[in-house]
Amino acid sequence: MRRIYDIHGGIHPPERKALSQPGQLRPAGMPAQLVLPLSQHIGKPAEVLVEVGERVLGGQPLAQADGLVSVPVHAPTSGTVIAIEARSVPHPSGLTNQCIVIDCDGQDAWLPLAPLVEWQQQSPDALVERVRAAGIAGMGGAGFPTAVKLLASDKHKIDTLIINGTECEPYITADDTLMQVAADKIIEGAEILAFIVGAEQILIGVEDNKPDALSAIQTAAAKSKRAVEVASFPTKYPSGGEKQLIEILTGQQVPSGRIPADLGLLCQNPGTAVAVRDAIIEGRPLTRRIVTLTGEALSAPGNFDVMLGTPIAHLLTLAGFQPEHNRRLIHGGPMMGFALDNAEIPIVKTSNCILVPTEQELPTPPPAQACIRCGLCAEACPASLLPQQLYWFARAKDQDALEAHNLFDCIECGACAWVCPSNIPLVQYYRAGKASIIDTRQEKARSDRLRERFEARQERIAREAEEREAKRAARKAAAEQKVAAGGSEDPVQAAIARAKARKQPTEPMADQSTDPAVAPVTDPATTPSKEPAE
Amino acid sequence: MAFLRITSPHGHAANSVTTVMQTVLLATLPGVFALTWFFGPGTLLNIAFGGLLALLLEFTVLKLRGRDARYYLNDFSVLVTSTLLCIALPPYAPWWLIVVGVATSVLLGKHVFGGLGYNPFNPAMVGYVVLLISFPLQMSSWTAPRGLAEVPGVLDALQAMFLPNSYDAVTMATPLDALRQNKGLLMADLQSQPPFGHLAGLGWETVNLAFAAGGIWLLYKRIFTWHAPVAMLAAMTLAALIGFDGGSSSSGGSPVVHLLSGGTMFGAFFIITDPVSSAVSNRGRLVFGALIGLLIYIIRVNGNYPDAVAFAVLILNFAAPFIDHYTQPTTYGHRGPKA
Repeated sequence: MRRIYDIHGGIHPPERKALSQPGQLRPAGMPAQLVLPLSQHIGKPAEVLVEVGERVLGGQPLAQADGLVSVPVHAPTSGTVIAIEARSVPHPSGLTNQCIVIDCDGQDAWLPLAPLVEWQQQSPDALVERVRAAGIAGMGGAGFPTAVKLLASDKHKIDTLIINGTECEPYITADDTLMQVAADKIIEGAEILAFIVGAEQILIGVEDNKPDALSAIQTAAAKSKRAVEVASFPTKYPSGGEKQLIEILTGQQVPSGRIPADLGLLCQNPGTAVAVRDAIIEGRPLTRRIVTLTGEALSAPGNFDVMLGTPIAHLLTLAGFQPEHNRRLIHGGPMMGFALDNAEIPIVKTSNCILVPTEQELPTPPPAQACIRCGLCAEACPASLLPQQLYWFARAKDQDALEAHNLFDCIECGACAWVCPSNIPLVQYYRAGKASIIDTRQEKARSDRLRERFEARQERIAREAEEREAKRAARKAAAEQKVAAGGSEDPVQAAIARAKARKQPTEPMADQSTDPAVAPVTDPATTPSKEPAE
Repeated sequence: MAFLRITSPHGHAANSVTTVMQTVLLATLPGVFALTWFFGPGTLLNIAFGGLLALLLEFTVLKLRGRDARYYLNDFSVLVTSTLLCIALPPYAPWWLIVVGVATSVLLGKHVFGGLGYNPFNPAMVGYVVLLISFPLQMSSWTAPRGLAEVPGVLDALQAMFLPNSYDAVTMATPLDALRQNKGLLMADLQSQPPFGHLAGLGWETVNLAFAAGGIWLLYKRIFTWHAPVAMLAAMTLAALIGFDGGSSSSGGSPVVHLLSGGTMFGAFFIITDPVSSAVSNRGRLVFGALIGLLIYIIRVNGNYPDAVAFAVLILNFAAPFIDHYTQPTTYGHRGPKA
């Protein structure tokens, strides 16, 4: 048995997992239209490959990765591209973003897939390329391009692959369901991932509130030829945070500002493992995912096998939405999810849950009261921060103090705000604080760059002036030498002669006036002219 | 269809400032009951009169400050302040003493700084110290406890409060006064006198144990952490052990006497645990509590005032931000040398 470590803080909100009947996967059918955002991941949006009016087949790339940190988007079924335009996408600020809209034709015709059963014969690089081409981004919530994570791990020696089956957020049972219905595929995916990064050990962490998923994974793991260890640990939010899970399973903390690969660890979500397995073995790109539809405003909550791009409204109908009891539509769980303002928003690669609570179930928060520094937030913080202090500093816009109190180690889990007796939306203060610090840093970087440019220009101007001065001095010295050599020549006569020469029409005046060579002529030291110099 | 847009988290624990404050009020009951048993209804009358006054003042000030008075009154915080102050005041205090004390606490202790959450000092202790310095005579007249004298009745209490000049109280030195004024007696002889009771003082020992019981209940309810109270009591015990001097006539008094007399337990569980004006981190609260414990002992033994909790608390309130600066907990990923 692996030793399980405890993390600081954490909370025990009502789990409410049984509501969505984990383990039963229901089909979500085919909506009339699919809306596929070009940006379903962290990084640059994908580049469109199709045109409006074009017929596309299932599995066909609709957009390609734009640069390294980007992933392509594929058609989940066959149909016609009817629009490429800005639509509402799942985003905390209610952004609209470029989306490809497909009118599904119901035939579900697919491009032929290119399976690869003997993947062990391939080089890790070739496998990573397949992962990239399949459009896989982390399916646990952040959506970081999986191929990039695998490449970054390449620079470090990875000895353990951790599959994060924690799913600590209340209500969500998408990973729980996946672990029950596709445990073998998760193990296969984990084997491929471990092969790619050269990890000797696979470690699967599951919270102890999912006994069915745990036993399914244990059964599947026993069949594997590799060293696969399944670890169960006590339920506590937010044990599923990557850094928290690493501490629970290994006792190590990921140093601030570093990545798990620095400890020889790589974390992946079970959904990502299955997507990798499908991409390698079946040659199938990522076009579907499991989504939990839950909350008491649904008469038939459950887990659905959903095509990416499916409008949430389509799923709400399937799950028996009762609008009269509901005021909020949440993308993700109750702790870290964000509220959506309309149901036309599509499911994307990171959509693990749509939570539709009644007002009674998750009441609208009352107005915040004063912070009394009771410290319950510090007791709950999994990062051992002092949330009450960060709150005061954020209100005071004291960026130095915020950084000194490690604001950027906040994982925005919401445990502090959950326990706050004054109902202060603490996480929102931290998000705003981080954003303002990032703004300041960017502003500083910009002004630094401008200052460097300005200084370089000043330096160049000074240097040029110096060079001119040096040339002038050299010419002056040469002229003096000439005068000295001429000996008896009268300087006044010489000046008259020069003036006469200048009046000749063949001489371009403009040239002379800017030519530093005229300087000695007007120099009062050598020319006893009556005109004042300059 | 448009949905409500609220930031995460979307749920909340069943917990509010109001419940915290109400729990603290409830937890004072054992101590208040013990005070009433040994010293009569004076404390109850203090609390009732002070509470009414505090609510009235808070309402007026909130109105003057243009705040939603009903919303803020609902947090019960002003009742906690007035109740803690009135418990600390001697029973059978004249009405004007309570008026000055409550007004100082609510106005100077709290609202001039911006209300609940913004006060750098414990408001109840601000009121207490202003009274102690301004009216030392009234503030050090404690009634003799049950067992040494007859306990006054309700009418006596009303008379004492509203017609103070016509009321003759039976007052006597508290054990702590006796200890400080002791010149020639060995500790054993001093403590064999009736006012010292079984452990640390007739009445006082029970009152202290009752407040400790209420405090432990608050700990169990997780209203505050153990750090500050335990550090304070431990530091006091240690200081008293060192100063005990084998029980000679120049002894500072035994640890038991210090732990169970005066406002020790009331201070440890109800005053220094005020989160607003204390240090914020657990480590910080250990330092905060320990220094208060040490100061209480030093002021009790060497100072001129009947008790020292209020002074020690106010001095450490000053120091709290400084303590915070040096006791920041180690954030996740910041162990070992900085990356």
